[in-house]
Amino acid sequence: MIVNKEMKEHMIDALKKGLRFDGRKNDELRKAVVEYDVSMTAEGSAKVSLGDTVVIAGVKLSVEKPYPDTPDEGMLMVNAEFMPMANPDFESGPPSSESVELARVVDKGIRECRAIDTKKLCIEPGEKAWSVGIDIMTMNDDGNLLDAAGLAAMAALKVSRLPKLNEDGTISYDEKTDEKLPVSKEPMLVTVHMIGDEIIVDPKLDEEHCSDARISVSYVDDKTICAIQKGGEKALTIDQIDKMVGVAMKKAKELRKAL
Amino acid sequence: MSYSKRNDGRGFDELRPIEAKAGVIKSADGSAMFKIGKTVAYAVVRGPRDLYPKFLKDPTKGILRVNYQMMPFSGVGERIKPGPNRRAKEISMVTEHALSNIIILEKFPNSVVDVYIDIPQADAGTRCAGISAAAIALADAGIPMKEMVSAVAVGRVGDKLVVDLDYSEESFEGGASDMPVAVTSRTKKISLLQMDGELEASQLKELLEKARKACAQINEIQKSALKEKYNVEEVEENDSE
Amino acid sequence: MTEESKLLIKEKEIVVPGEELAKGMDFLPSAGSYRSEDAIVSEVLGIAKVDGKVIKVVPLTGKYMPKRNDVIIVQVSDVTYSSWSLDTFSPYSAMMSMKDATAEYLERGADLTKIYNIGDYIVAKVTNVTSQKLVDITVKGPGLRKLRKGRIIHVNSNKVPRIIGKQGSMVNIIKEHTGAQVAVGQNGVVWIYSENPEMENLSEKAIRKIEDEAHTSGLTEKMQVWLAEQVGGKK
Repeated sequence: MIVNKEMKEHMIDALKKGLRFDGRKNDELRKAVVEYDVSMTAEGSAKVSLGDTVVIAGVKLSVEKPYPDTPDEGMLMVNAEFMPMANPDFESGPPSSESVELARVVDKGIRECRAIDTKKLCIEPGEKAWSVGIDIMTMNDDGNLLDAAGLAAMAALKVSRLPKLNEDGTISYDEKTDEKLPVSKEPMLVTVHMIGDEIIVDPKLDEEHCSDARISVSYVDDKTICAIQKGGEKALTIDQIDKMVGVAMKKAKELRKAL
Repeated sequence: MSYSKRNDGRGFDELRPIEAKAGVIKSADGSAMFKIGKTVAYAVVRGPRDLYPKFLKDPTKGILRVNYQMMPFSGVGERIKPGPNRRAKEISMVTEHALSNIIILEKFPNSVVDVYIDIPQADAGTRCAGISAAAIALADAGIPMKEMVSAVAVGRVGDKLVVDLDYSEESFEGGASDMPVAVTSRTKKISLLQMDGELEASQLKELLEKARKACAQINEIQKSALKEKYNVEEVEENDSE
Repeated sequence: MTEESKLLIKEKEIVVPGEELAKGMDFLPSAGSYRSEDAIVSEVLGIAKVDGKVIKVVPLTGKYMPKRNDVIIVQVSDVTYSSWSLDTFSPYSAMMSMKDATAEYLERGADLTKIYNIGDYIVAKVTNVTSQKLVDITVKGPGLRKLRKGRIIHVNSNKVPRIIGKQGSMVNIIKEHTGAQVAVGQNGVVWIYSENPEMENLSEKAIRKIEDEAHTSGLTEKMQVWLAEQVGGKK
């Protein structure tokens, strides 16, 4: 999508007056809806709608050999697919750098605060441990796939249950146990954007195309940050960053209610 | 081995419960969700649109491209690693053939219609569900077609001929054969036919007839899904005409 | 005639591809339908219209196909030394040569980006479409121009006649109530501008409302009332 400079200026003029093209205020989130267990073949899954942006996350568990430096801990892996169904500019094929970045930002938010108690995933130290695989699939892109993905991943983990581990070491995926994944924290990912010098949250696609810089922040609780990622080409002042991180804090609280 | 009663209690010629919706992905030119039993398929159509690389352009007609993919968490067992996959490639190709003969490609030369089929949850019959979903999505996108198409897997489970096998039937211990069939809606021709497993040649015709009947039922559901989306209470003459 | 010709559907019924509309050699297929032996069959998802013996299907959906004399809104995607390539938001891109760009005199070797640069939106007219769907456009003509500040939205091109209304009656209602400037391209691309962002938002909302309710009757009066309420509420 080619951005038209004069029209971007026009958008910024409106933002300066505190009004966005869809009538929202600059710091207003779209309606977030979480639907649980949308895929019965996954060990846990959730579909998140953030306005018209729709993302599905599915959790699959398997038993693997733990990493040598953490023999008594389970593993976590986050993968994201920017599916061609979601946006005319997405192509099928190897993951784009944007989808890899999204996966890594979501991963950091979950991993750094130890939302999953990986020690509890150990089956046999040094030999066997549960490995958690989260796959994020974009269904419709109307901006802010990042935050929708973060929420979907967290929601899917929340309802994930361990499949039956048989005595001979095989897994019966069609028999889910009542044992839930040991998830003890709920990190919330919020991305704050800067268009010109105006700060907005939860951009729609047309706003996202005009974004000059963004900061994604994961809040593990109401005041503790566990991950930060800056994107976009524009360099930011310390004041601006401070302000944006503050806005993210407020919004993380709001978004957590959707879980 | 005898298969006297179906695992889920259905009649031998009975389809699983079906749910179909058109226009589920807002940014797509056309889209549909097709659920049969526990198998769910999403189809998204983008096009007709410009085609790259240039050498693929055909000045006499448009081309159809199908990309079928199972989501990593959609399989009955382990996670399916994303990436190029021979089965998915084959299904993409047979789906393309099943759909291209009904689309009036001459109406949009030098361009492409892309169909993306994604499966979030599978319980057998995924390629058939994908085709049924794709047909709805193509109509939803306004792509001109001579007729529609629907698909169902028929086959033999143990000693019985059945319609719409689920995963437990496909993997039946006493032996099974699985035959996905696509039937066009008006001329009732077969545009997809594959088979795995063993089947007595004399039973083929009977199975194809069963598939025809089942596909006619599916087509009624596809029609309803489309009409439902565009449900108009009253239609007014266009002001500008 | 061995069999009587008969209509199989009702006027203004929604039909799907492959659905039989009529049987018998008396009927004639028109846009959106075709003859197969003695049946007239729909080839698109649309509304069946019967005019005497002629049956056509008006599509409810589908990408815009460039047509000669259509006024559309395009975006510059590439500039060469003597022409522009433009995105028509349809399957086919358009070309514009120097002679169609402007009424002003252009010297050979002039920097074309100074006239229309990549990203610029232009209201243009389709002058020609070849059988291979190569599209030519011009910006020389009344109302044709480069668009400046404002916003661009995309609507279903099949609803454009309803959004414009008979001789512009519908779109004029929006302009009168909100004071915004609005340009509607046949290709479903719409430009809206107002100094007042609230009025611009309202204009967009109004257009989306017409798009959603295009099939209902009395829409023109309905929009008058709705817009008056909305504008009144903001004062």
